Amino acid sequence: MVSSLDRKLLRDLSRTKGQVVAIAVVIACGVAMLVMCLTTLKSLENSQLTYYDRYRFAEVFALLKRAPESLKDRIQEVEGVARVQTRVVEGVVLDIEGMSEPAVGRLISIPETGEPVLNSLHLRSGRWVEVGRPGEVIVNEVFAENHGFKPGDKLRAVLNGSMEELRIVGIAMSPEYIIQMPEAALLPDDKRFGVFWMGRDQLEAAFNMESAFNDVTLTLLPGASEDEVIRRLDGLLERYGGVGAIGRHNQISNRFVSEEIQQLSAMAFILPTIFLGVAAFLLNIVLKRLIALEREQIAVLKAFGYSHWDVGWHYLKFVSVIALGGVALGTLLGIWFGRGMTAMYTEFYRFPVFGFDLDLGVIVIGAVVSLGAAFLGVFGAIRGAINLPPAEAMRPEPPANYNATLVDRLGLRKLLSQEARIVLRELGRKPGKAFFTSLGIAMSLAILVVGNYSQDAINYLQDFQFRLAERQDLTVSFFESVTGNAVNHLTSVDGVIAAEEFRSVPVRLRSGHLSKEVGIQGLVPKPELFRLMDADENVIPVPDEGLLLSAKLGELLQVSVGDVLTVEVLEDKRPIRQLTVTGLVNDFAGTAAYMERRALNAFMREGSRISGAYLKIDKKLTDEIYRELKETPMVASVSIKDAAMKSFQETFAENLLRMKLFNIGFACAIAVGVVYNSARISLSERSRDLGTLRVIGFTRGEISGILLGELGVVTAAAIPLGMGIGTGLVYLMSKGLETELYRIPFVVNPQTYAVAALVIMAASLICGLIVRRKLDKLDLVEVLKARI
Amino acid sequence: MPATVFSAKGITKVYSMGEVKVHALRGVDVELWEGEFTVLLGHSGSGKSTLLNILGGLDVPTEGTVTFRGEDMTAFDESELTQYRREHVGFVFQFYNLIPSLTARENVELVTDIAADPLDAKEALGLVGLGERLDHFPSQMSGGEQQRVAIARAIAKQPDVLLCDEPTGALDVHTGVAVLNAIERVNRELGTTTAVITHNAVIAEMAHRVIHLADGKITETAVNESRKRADELNW
Repeated sequence: MVSSLDRKLLRDLSRTKGQVVAIAVVIACGVAMLVMCLTTLKSLENSQLTYYDRYRFAEVFALLKRAPESLKDRIQEVEGVARVQTRVVEGVVLDIEGMSEPAVGRLISIPETGEPVLNSLHLRSGRWVEVGRPGEVIVNEVFAENHGFKPGDKLRAVLNGSMEELRIVGIAMSPEYIIQMPEAALLPDDKRFGVFWMGRDQLEAAFNMESAFNDVTLTLLPGASEDEVIRRLDGLLERYGGVGAIGRHNQISNRFVSEEIQQLSAMAFILPTIFLGVAAFLLNIVLKRLIALEREQIAVLKAFGYSHWDVGWHYLKFVSVIALGGVALGTLLGIWFGRGMTAMYTEFYRFPVFGFDLDLGVIVIGAVVSLGAAFLGVFGAIRGAINLPPAEAMRPEPPANYNATLVDRLGLRKLLSQEARIVLRELGRKPGKAFFTSLGIAMSLAILVVGNYSQDAINYLQDFQFRLAERQDLTVSFFESVTGNAVNHLTSVDGVIAAEEFRSVPVRLRSGHLSKEVGIQGLVPKPELFRLMDADENVIPVPDEGLLLSAKLGELLQVSVGDVLTVEVLEDKRPIRQLTVTGLVNDFAGTAAYMERRALNAFMREGSRISGAYLKIDKKLTDEIYRELKETPMVASVSIKDAAMKSFQETFAENLLRMKLFNIGFACAIAVGVVYNSARISLSERSRDLGTLRVIGFTRGEISGILLGELGVVTAAAIPLGMGIGTGLVYLMSKGLETELYRIPFVVNPQTYAVAALVIMAASLICGLIVRRKLDKLDLVEVLKARI
Repeated sequence: MPATVFSAKGITKVYSMGEVKVHALRGVDVELWEGEFTVLLGHSGSGKSTLLNILGGLDVPTEGTVTFRGEDMTAFDESELTQYRREHVGFVFQFYNLIPSLTARENVELVTDIAADPLDAKEALGLVGLGERLDHFPSQMSGGEQQRVAIARAIAKQPDVLLCDEPTGALDVHTGVAVLNAIERVNRELGTTTAVITHNAVIAEMAHRVIHLADGKITETAVNESRKRADELNW
C-alpha cells in the first residue's frame, strides 16, 4: 500500500519530469563515466595479468654481450630467483618483397621442442618450428598482418652478414611484445619492426653463439626483492657485457600498456566530479524551489502531526529517486560503454583473453558517490523544510527583498530600460543562484574545451616534434659505433642532401639512490636536422660540455642544473664517471639525455666515433637511397620520419579522440540540464510577476525579454568563466595524462574556445525557446488567482 | 459543568519582525470545555489566529501557560508537540491548504495514514457530503467543496479538538453555510470540541460561547442563550 505522502511524491516527480529527467541524465553521465573507466581499468588489468600469467611473462630482463650457458646455473642459484630462461636475441635487417624501405627484425630463440620456460607464445595459426628444418620462424601477429604474411610465406634477412631465407611456419603473439618498439624508438612501429622466433640451435649456429646466450629473463619467488635480484644478476653479468637488468615495470611493452591503462584512472576522477557537482547544484535549486512552492503544504503536514523528519524524509526521497534513477541509467550505460571500451582495448593490445570484470564494488562506489553528492547538494534545502515552523509557513512568504543594484547606485538607471532593470535586480537579489547557474553552464563549456583540447594537443605535438624539432627524413643507426668519417659515406649517396652524425651510448644515470637507464645522444654542435627544442619553441643550443637532460628525467632523478651525476656506461669497458648537468629541456617525449658528440667521445675516452646519422634526402630518390642503405653492411636500421608520424597519429590520436564524442554529448547534457532547469525555475518563481506585467500591458515579447534576458546575462557570464575553467582543466588533464614516455602539451587553439562557446549559446537558446513557449501560454487570470 | 479541555493563563506572544516587536497577544486567560462549540471573534490583527495556533500546538507563547486536559503544553518539546497534533488536533484553514497533487480521498488519507484510530476516508468525506467526489483533485472542485475536504481531513483522525481558522473566509454565503453545516454536524454527532475563529459576527450566532478579541486581549465573553443552526445564518 502506497502511502498518500508517497503518492504525492510520485505526482510531484511526474509533474516536474522534464527537470527530473534532465538532472538524472547529468548524474547518469557522471556515473557512466566513472563506471566505464573503473570497469575498463579493472578488466584490462586483469586481462593483462591473466595473459602474463598464462604465458609465463618474465619479471626481470637482462641483455648482455655473450655468456656461456653454464652461467645459467649460477643465475638460478641467486636467492629469490624462481625460473631462468636464457636466450639468443639478435637484430637483423629484413628484405621484404615489394617494400622498398628497410625494415628490421629481432630474432629470438625458442626451444625447438616444448614450450619456452618463460615468455611463451600464443600461436594464432600455423605450427611450432621443427628440429632440423633450416630457416623456420614464427612471426609476431601485428607484423604479419601489416605485411599480409601467412604461414608458408618467405622473406629474407641478413643474418650475421649473410642473406638467408626465413620461412614463416606460424603466427603468434607474446606478452613480451604486446607493443613492438624498435630499439631506442619512442613509438611503436608495426610495419618496419618485426619480432621473429627461431629455433635455438639454428640461431646459435647462425650467430656463432653455440652454448652461449646474450639474453636472460627470469621470474622471482614470492616475497623476493626484485632490486636485490637485479643487483646480484648485474654482478654476475658484468664481465659478460651485461647492460643492466630491468624489472617488468621498466620492460618497454609492459610499461607502454600499463601507462596507457593507468590513464583511465585520471579520467575516472576529473569528469565525474564535474558532473556530480553540477547535478548537486541542480538538485539544490530544483528542491529549493519545490519547497518554496510547497511551503504551505509543509505547514499543513506538520499541523496534522507529521514530524519534521517525516517531512525531511519526504523530500529526501524525491532527491533519492532522481539520484537512483541517474545511478541506474548511468550504471547500465557505464557497463555498456565499459564493455565496448574493454573490447576495443583488448583488440588494440591483442590480449588473447577477453575478460570483462563487472565489479560490484565499482557500482557501489558509483551509487554512493552520486547519492552523497546529491544529498550534499540538497542538504540546505531540506534543512530549510525541516526547520520551517508550521505557524510561520501558514502565512504567505514575505515579499522578496530587492535592493538597488550597483547600476542604480551609480545613477545609471536612466540608461537602462524598465525590463533591463528588472533583470538586473532579479540577478542582484539572488547572486548566489545566478553565480552557480553561470558556473554550471561554464562547466559544460569547460568540458567542451577539454574535449577538443586532445585534438589541439595532438596537432601541436605533431607539428612540434616532426616539423620543428626533427627535420630529418631518415635516421640511420649502425650496428656498432664506427669512425666519424663514416658520415661522409652517407653524404656521398645520391639523393642525400645533408647528413648529421650522432653518437649514442647506453648508460645508467645515478643520483643518490635514484637511477635510470637511458641513452646519451651525442649531437653535432649546431644541429640543423635534429634540433633540441624546449616547450616554448626555442632552440636549445647543445652545450660544449656536460649533460643536457629532459626536464622529466631531471625530475625523476631529482637533479637540477649544476648537479653532478654518476654515469655508468653500459657498453664496452663500462667506465663509471661523473658528468655535470648543464641544462634541462622541456620536451614532450621520452626521457632523453644529450651531449655534444665530441664531448661524449672524450667522456668515453675514444676517438671520433659515431653510432648513426640523421639524413635529409631528396624524396624523389627515396627508393634508390633505401636500396643503397640496405646494401651498406654497417647499417643496422633506418627509421623513417613519415612512418613515425603515421604511427604517432595511430597511437595517440585514436585513443584521445575517442573521448571527444563522449565529451560533446556529456557537455550538452550538462548545458541543457542547467539552462533548462534554471529557466523553468525562473518561470515558476516569476510567473505571477510576469502575468501582472502582461495584465498591465506589457507584450509577450517584452516579458520574454525579461525572463530570457536573465538567462542571456547568466550565459554570457558563463562563457569567459567556462573558458577559464576549461583552461584549468586542460592543465590538470595534461598533467594527469603525463607519463614517462610522453607528455601532452598544454595548448588550446582559439577555435576550440569559439566552438565551445557557440555550442553552449545554441544549447542555451534552444532551452530558452522551449521555456518561452510555456511563457506564451501563461494563463493571466489563473496566475493572478494563485497565491504564489 | 463539562470538563475543561484547554486552560490558558496569562499568555502573551511577541513576534520580532525585523527590528519591530509585534505584541500579538497581551495576557489572555481562556478555557475551552469538552464538546463545546466556541467562536473566537475579532478583526484581523486581533490575535485570534495566534491564539488558535498556540492551542493547536503550532506555536508556543512567549509567556504564560496552556494546559491540555491538565497537561502543561508549554513544557512540550518539539516532538511532543508533533505527537500532540498527531493524536488530538484537527485543523481547518482559510485557504483549505489541500495538497494539489492528491485527490480528495488521498488528502484525507494523508491523515488517516498516521492516526491511531481513524475514520475511513470515505466515511469522513460522506460526513461532509462529498461521498461522491472521492477521486477528484482539488483543482476539479469548487472552493466550498475543497473546504469540506479539508474538514473531512481534519475530522478523519477523530480528533479531540477541531480548530478552524476562518473556514468560510474565502467562500460565498451559500458554500460558506454548507461548510459551517459540516462543522456543526461534526461537533454535534462526534462531540468534538470545536473552536472557530472568524471576523464574521454572524457566525457567532451558532456558537455555545463567543469570545471577543481585540488588540491581543479578550474584551468580552458571551454565552448564546439560543443557538442558530448553520442554515439559518445569512450574511
